[in-house]
Amino acid sequence: MSFPWAQKYEPQSPLMKWIDSRLPLPRLVFDAVGAGYPVPRNINIWYNFGVLAGVALMVQIITGVVLAMHYSAHVSTAFESIEHIMRDVNSGWLIRYLHMNGASFFFIVVYIHIFRGLYYGSYKAPREVVWMLGVVILLLMMATAFMGYVLPWGQMSFWGAQVITSLFSAIPLVGEPVRQWLVGGFAPDNATITRFFSLHYILPFVILGVVILKIWALHIPGSTNPTGVDVKGPQDTLPFHPYFTAKDFVSLCVYLFAFAAVSFFLPNSLGHPDNYIPANPLSTPAHIVPEWYLLPFYAILRAFTVDLFFIQAKLWGVIAMFASILLLLFLPWLDSSKVRSNAYRPLYRIFFWILVVDVLVLGYIGAMPAEEPYVRIGQLATMYYFAHFLIILPIVSAIEKPLPLPNSIAEAVLAKINKGMPAATQPGAIAQPAE
Amino acid sequence: MASVPGTSDSGEVRRRDFIYIATGAFGAVGVGAVAVPFINQMNPSADVRAMATTEVDISAIEEGMAIKTIWQSKPVFVKRLTAAEIAEANKVDLASLRDPETLADRTKPGKTEWLVTLGVCTHLGCVPLGAGQGESKGDFNGYFCPCHGSHYDTAGRIRKGPAPYNLVVPPYEFTSDTIVQIG
Ligand code: HEM
Ligand code: FES
Repeated sequence: MSFPWAQKYEPQSPLMKWIDSRLPLPRLVFDAVGAGYPVPRNINIWYNFGVLAGVALMVQIITGVVLAMHYSAHVSTAFESIEHIMRDVNSGWLIRYLHMNGASFFFIVVYIHIFRGLYYGSYKAPREVVWMLGVVILLLMMATAFMGYVLPWGQMSFWGAQVITSLFSAIPLVGEPVRQWLVGGFAPDNATITRFFSLHYILPFVILGVVILKIWALHIPGSTNPTGVDVKGPQDTLPFHPYFTAKDFVSLCVYLFAFAAVSFFLPNSLGHPDNYIPANPLSTPAHIVPEWYLLPFYAILRAFTVDLFFIQAKLWGVIAMFASILLLLFLPWLDSSKVRSNAYRPLYRIFFWILVVDVLVLGYIGAMPAEEPYVRIGQLATMYYFAHFLIILPIVSAIEKPLPLPNSIAEAVLAKINKGMPAATQPGAIAQPAE
Repeated sequence: MASVPGTSDSGEVRRRDFIYIATGAFGAVGVGAVAVPFINQMNPSADVRAMATTEVDISAIEEGMAIKTIWQSKPVFVKRLTAAEIAEANKVDLASLRDPETLADRTKPGKTEWLVTLGVCTHLGCVPLGAGQGESKGDFNGYFCPCHGSHYDTAGRIRKGPAPYNLVVPPYEFTSDTIVQIG
């Protein structure tokens, strides 16, 4: 794996030697997330979100398996079984709140992780496959969370299922049969709950598999770093353990603190109250919105209101929504700049932050009713989103003059220490992971 | 080198090539055949498909009122149009419509006052407002879908917003003057 100067695993005790020659699992762990994995010494706090995402996935799986012991996947009992979990099952309320808010926290972490990748150019060669696997994970997460949200069979569950599965009816000719195939009926019903439960149970394990592939692919070149320059020698790296395990633990504590605070004190703040009303196929809630983490994409879906070039507005919306995510798969080839990190890209950096604002605007618009001025703002923000990737990014990366790069990570770290740090912290600073 | 059975140096099709391709093709067809039931099991099951017709008693519906009922687990609106609503629907220039249909196309002969449509927005399937009392009827005085802002007129035709088609008229017939059978 990765660099030639990585520490080698050497089992000490006879027992570990015995195991190592039969099932070298401790060796795998040592090489992957232990002292045997060298990491750029200057990675900053934004590089902790990958580990946090892994923890968030485990939290979902553990709480989910427990919920599944008490949940009943049937139209006539699903809603009641959720109330049963909330009121009767010992600690059921806690486990459900952890699962509900765990999904939101998972998305917060993953979105930060994605924007980290965008800022530091993590998607560029030789990490294209790592990035693309990440996009696959995002899609799987969205599918999983969407189907999970249907399970309680409240008003938002039902109407969310109706609206999202109807997206597929926009496909010419086969659309309606495909929609019926997805929900197993003419409208969401029992067949929908049971299949969504089955898939909601299995997809997280598929995600886990893709995560393992992603880490495998990542460990060939290793992580990027805030300077974006490649690792050149041992002076540029530190072993993952104990340096970054310790650092990850600090961020994990902060994360768990925030997660616990929301789950205990504001457990319903990220959800929608209408989902505590049992599903009613005869009445759509006045204002239906998806979970917050899908809002920007929902805004893109709704941005198309007129037919263009013989394609119906509805199909445009669906195409644009899927394209907004699939577009990310092509990012490594849309950005031709050789410089990875935005710290050295004065021009593109500005557009990066505009994109962040644009996505936040889209999220806000997604939560608003389909009225003016929201529709128009949503259309402009959607246009900008696509323009960013398809027009601005290719042009900027062609004309931009990047700032001079440091010769190596070690040089950048030392320069920073000599320039900025108070004298007292200087001795020994070199031995620490920077930042 | 002695020739391996089934190969030839002259580049013609070898017996072994044929065996490979035939085996591969046979395997692919087999996998495809097995996939069919696994995909088909997700289609609506026999009991769902067998969902019977729905009968609605319309005698209590007054002019300008509508009721909601369920057919094949989908909501259906049965609306009794007022003379003004009928006039409004007939006034519209067909060429200006996204999905051109007259009110007469969408109702039974001699029963133009009875508009029977699915209560399923043709955009993404929400139930439009306008059938219940006091609900918004949208900019065209028919139905309004709050989900993404589709406006339907008094004949249930799409006039504004993202929905591509008019509200669907299900198959139905009048079994008597006061009973409508849907399906
Ligand atoms: C990627 C990981 C996962 C995500 C993002 C996720 C997301 C969600 C969401 C958003 C809900 C709706 C919560 C609510 O409003 O009540 C839900 C419900 C549920 N999930 Fe998951 N989930 C994940 C993994 C799992 C796993 C692995 C299982 C089972 C083994 C599971 C079992 C359930 C059950 C039984 C429910 C219904 C109970 C409830 O709604 O609280 N989930 N999930
Ligand atoms: S579902 Fe009616 S406007 Fe989208």
